[in-house]
Amino acid sequence: MGVVSVKPEERGRALISFQMGKRRGKQIGDILTWIVLVSGSVIFVLPFLWMVSSSLKPLREIYVFPPRFIPEKIQLGNYIETWRRLPFHIFFRNSFLVSTCVTGGILFTSSLAGYSFARLRYPGRDQIFLIYGSTMMVPFAVQMIPLFALMNALHLVDTLTGLILPGLCGAWGTFLMRQFMLTIPGELEDAALIDGCNYFSIYWRIILPLCRPVLATLAIFTFMGSWNSFLWPLILISSMKNRTLPLGLAAFQAFVALKTPWHLVMAASVMSVIPVVVIFILGQKYYVQGIVTTGLKGTA
Amino acid sequence: MRNAIVVREGLRGEVVERRRRGFWSSLRGKQALAGYLFLLPNLLGFLTFSLFPMAASLFLTFTDWDLASTPKLVGLANFSRMMNDDLFRKTLFNTFYYTFVAVPTGVFMAFCLALLINRKMRGVLIFRLIYFLPNITLMVAAAIVWQWIYQPEFGLVNYLLSLIGIEGPRWCYDSRWAMPAIIIMSNWHGIGYAMLIFLAGLQGIPAELYEAAIVDGASGWQQLRHITVPLLSPATFFVIVTSLIGASQGFDQFYIMTHGGPAFSTTTLVLYIFNNGFQYFKMGYASSMAAVLFVVILVMTLVQMRVAKSWVYGFEA
Repeated sequence: MGVVSVKPEERGRALISFQMGKRRGKQIGDILTWIVLVSGSVIFVLPFLWMVSSSLKPLREIYVFPPRFIPEKIQLGNYIETWRRLPFHIFFRNSFLVSTCVTGGILFTSSLAGYSFARLRYPGRDQIFLIYGSTMMVPFAVQMIPLFALMNALHLVDTLTGLILPGLCGAWGTFLMRQFMLTIPGELEDAALIDGCNYFSIYWRIILPLCRPVLATLAIFTFMGSWNSFLWPLILISSMKNRTLPLGLAAFQAFVALKTPWHLVMAASVMSVIPVVVIFILGQKYYVQGIVTTGLKGTA
Repeated sequence: MRNAIVVREGLRGEVVERRRRGFWSSLRGKQALAGYLFLLPNLLGFLTFSLFPMAASLFLTFTDWDLASTPKLVGLANFSRMMNDDLFRKTLFNTFYYTFVAVPTGVFMAFCLALLINRKMRGVLIFRLIYFLPNITLMVAAAIVWQWIYQPEFGLVNYLLSLIGIEGPRWCYDSRWAMPAIIIMSNWHGIGYAMLIFLAGLQGIPAELYEAAIVDGASGWQQLRHITVPLLSPATFFVIVTSLIGASQGFDQFYIMTHGGPAFSTTTLVLYIFNNGFQYFKMGYASSMAAVLFVVILVMTLVQMRVAKSWVYGFEA
């Protein structure tokens, strides 16, 4: 009601005087916000600093109270020592191999199925899609026991193949691709069909190029998810040579449980964090965008 | 020209094929064939590695199975056993404790952070990055680092507490403090994600609404209460639902930081299922508990959907 009764020029004047009056208020507010954000940031960054600082200390400086943030003697040799005790290059290679295969597989199968669900008509399509959707809420804990039994039957326990196979198709990626493809206007495809294109070339030449942003999002999410995955590898893998990075880290921590050489464990943690940070910085745009699209459009 | 029109209509499936030809050579048939072929790779994997395990799990809930022998049908024995299993009740409690403390506090803090970062001022991008950084570090690595931070004698937290004259608890080694310790660590790891979703939601609120409110003399608090909170409700809803689903399946940090201890004070349902299945090889019992977990998640989500109508802006079930 109030807005209706205010004339445009009065409205403008009110805004201007408000903003002038507010300028000082805003400055104070900005300073307060800064203080809160900076102190929050310190808390958030501290674990990283602590990790790096611990990874550079000699053992006798680890068990010192009060702790010092800057080591008296910087000991880069911790990293070599960590590497000498455990084959981190193998963990890295395994993680990279598994995550790359899973990501490639997901992109391939999800975009094909997404196209099928979004663009083609056939009997049973909507029912199948409903089944896909309804499985998204089922926790992994429900699947893991039969999945392990299945891998056992296929003689894939303690293999990288066993890690990769269940990751190759997923309801979530299919759902994401379908939702995106539904927003692409259909005229282009109709024209292509008339020109004699078959469905595969429509998918390959028209739809996929238009899906680049959502493919990037899906790729980053899948890669990070697979890189982080812990429970399934923990169940499936037993030998050192097949461990992925999270497993290797966990093993290292368990391996040295008594009087933990925290400087080495921290060096291992630093090494595991670096690649993800690099990937994140390279793909930050798509990652942030992906969170936004999956987060906000997921509800609509 | 006419031909083209027919083809276009045919694409949408509105034209009934009149000619007597086999279904698969008709336009609709070709499209159907293509549809199935496109779906096939995904469907095969989905059936084998998702749907089949789910169905098998349902079957296993009624059995006693050690993985080696053939499953023995026991009816509902697993469920009645659950009723008398104190440890199961304890893990269920732990799961709820974790979920219903970590999620509300985390969502609230993420909301406040997003409000602060959304102000137009210098350096907000750096803050966004800093608060998001924990989210992209390996959960296992983060859990290990925090275990060291919580170390009672030489850890960082108790050192900082000692600076202000507080003698810190033994965190991961104290059955009262282990869960709060893990909740703090989990929120450190997870807040950035929720914050980004809130930020995106904030940027979608039209500025005119605030201008109108200002002209009407609305205070900052009133603007927050009557514009920001209601218009952000879809984002809040999404964050709450996904966080609840995620938190009720907590495993990694519990396995790393405490192994469920001390005295089972941090054994979550998934950790207990894992132990039963892969340490004691009680596959049937583990499957039954997984089914309970699924029901818990389902009920939580359905309740959220039900109440969403009353508080989520523009929500349609």
